[in-house]
Amino acid sequence: MIFAAILAGGIGSRMGGTDTPKQFLPLGDRPVIVHTIEKFVINNNIDRIIVLTPQNFITHTNHLIEEYIGDSQKIVVIEGGKTRNDTIMNSISYIDENFGIDDDSIIITHDSVRPFVTYRIIEDNIEAAKRYGACDTVVPATDTIVESINGTTIESIPVRDYYYQGQTPQSFNIKKLFNLINSLTQEESEILTDACKIFTLKDEDVYLVDGEVTNIKITYPYDLKLANTILEDNHD
Amino acid sequence: MINIVYRLKAPKFFEESIDEIELEGVVVRPTYLSICQADQRYYQGSRPAEILDRKLPMALIHEGIGEVVFDSQGNFKSGDKVVMIPNTPTDDDVCRLNYSYKSKFRGSGFDGFTSDLIKLESDRVVKIPDDFNLHVSAFIELITVAYQGISKFEEICTTPKDSLGVWGDGNLGFITTLLLKEKYPQSKIIVFGKHQNNLDLFSFADEIYRIHDVPDDLVIDHGFECVGSSASQSAVDQIINLINPQGTINLFGVSEYPIPINTRLVLEKGLTIQGNSRSEREDFVGVVDMLFENPRLFDYLEKLITNVCEINSLNDLKEAFDIDYISKFGKTILKWNK
Repeated sequence: MIFAAILAGGIGSRMGGTDTPKQFLPLGDRPVIVHTIEKFVINNNIDRIIVLTPQNFITHTNHLIEEYIGDSQKIVVIEGGKTRNDTIMNSISYIDENFGIDDDSIIITHDSVRPFVTYRIIEDNIEAAKRYGACDTVVPATDTIVESINGTTIESIPVRDYYYQGQTPQSFNIKKLFNLINSLTQEESEILTDACKIFTLKDEDVYLVDGEVTNIKITYPYDLKLANTILEDNHD
Repeated sequence: MINIVYRLKAPKFFEESIDEIELEGVVVRPTYLSICQADQRYYQGSRPAEILDRKLPMALIHEGIGEVVFDSQGNFKSGDKVVMIPNTPTDDDVCRLNYSYKSKFRGSGFDGFTSDLIKLESDRVVKIPDDFNLHVSAFIELITVAYQGISKFEEICTTPKDSLGVWGDGNLGFITTLLLKEKYPQSKIIVFGKHQNNLDLFSFADEIYRIHDVPDDLVIDHGFECVGSSASQSAVDQIINLINPQGTINLFGVSEYPIPINTRLVLEKGLTIQGNSRSEREDFVGVVDMLFENPRLFDYLEKLITNVCEINSLNDLKEAFDIDYISKFGKTILKWNK
């Protein structure tokens, strides 16, 4: 089976100026998270969509889905975890308990605050996860990356051609991901904020899927303003 | 739902844009697209400046097939292969809807097919069999233009169809000749062209002539002009000279310039001139049925494919248009991975 996990567990500490998590703020005529879920709802290859939110937003999210998407049997809203990896583990546990995990099961993990993800990116993720076991969505780095350990002076400037900016989705063979997460030491778990990093740490290949420059993450108030401006611009 | 559209912002400059589509009707993921001369004229900036100002930014391409992603009415299954109809009527009319002022056309009046997803009304897609040649299917729209022109010719033609002349050795001339031979196997189909290399590919035609080397005693019953641009003038003139009385002249070639016509001879011979442009649903259904019943047509039509370009980025799209521009003959197919 193919599962999508929409990660909406964050409480938007970087958003500022509002108590509502950024994924629930309006983008055009509907909340950001609804736009994101719609992208997965229309993809018929996906069997189930698991939306992971803070506990106190589960009911609200269910209402939004009912209001904007309608009665969709393939969506379920459950509680996310404290960290990104905890949230992913919650989705895997849910899958294990309700459907079981076979060797071919795939999970597409996606930030709820990336509503501009395309159908093509999701399809490429499914294909790459099936074929390689793990993939990450990236775009080539356009800015020069500088490394500074002390935050004052430059340590090094890596060759930009070898660097990419990570987006989401990140997609995995569930069994492989589950086994790798369980093999982490306490110390490793604390430093691993990114599921793909778990694979690379364990010397497992992660395939690159082409992202899109439009697949932005709505992190700061500026991002939301920009996203709304782009949408309004199109309506003119 | 949010959708990403790849629009031509200015000649030779594409950009990503964000659009919204309603989840009503049919949503299609484009798979194989094909560049038309009309797209190329926008890309090169050879349309008049005021038209470019009015129409851009706009997604190009109106020839293409895709796979159904979603259908609110359940007429199509997810994964069904479909050809998309660019003509989009907004109301009924007394004329064929591809000539109605109430119809919009993709890649001309509004966005064409270069996008992540395309939302169409249910009657704007026609299912194609899974085993169709996908490269050829990408330009079914062009085939429908010839098909509808021949259907209209059939309606107005009153004199014999013993010899039919096709002017033009490009893509549309090739397709029109092939379809005429298919529909009128007893007629003699004669092609008039300028480029011997192209003419050599018209193996299904009965006779082939270079335009400056036509026998003095040759006559035709009806003519099909598939030349376009300023060269239309000499083609139309030659048709008027060679055609029998009360024949029909069927115009297909697009020209940016007004074309002078020898009306004296048109009057003398009692000729009928009929214009042809675009196509409608019945033409798509007709062409899909024709290709299904005569799969050998794919073998001929495949000869038209000169370039197949994988499109993974906007730079790939730009390169495909540049390659197409320098190709003297044939179609450029875009395998749409963007």
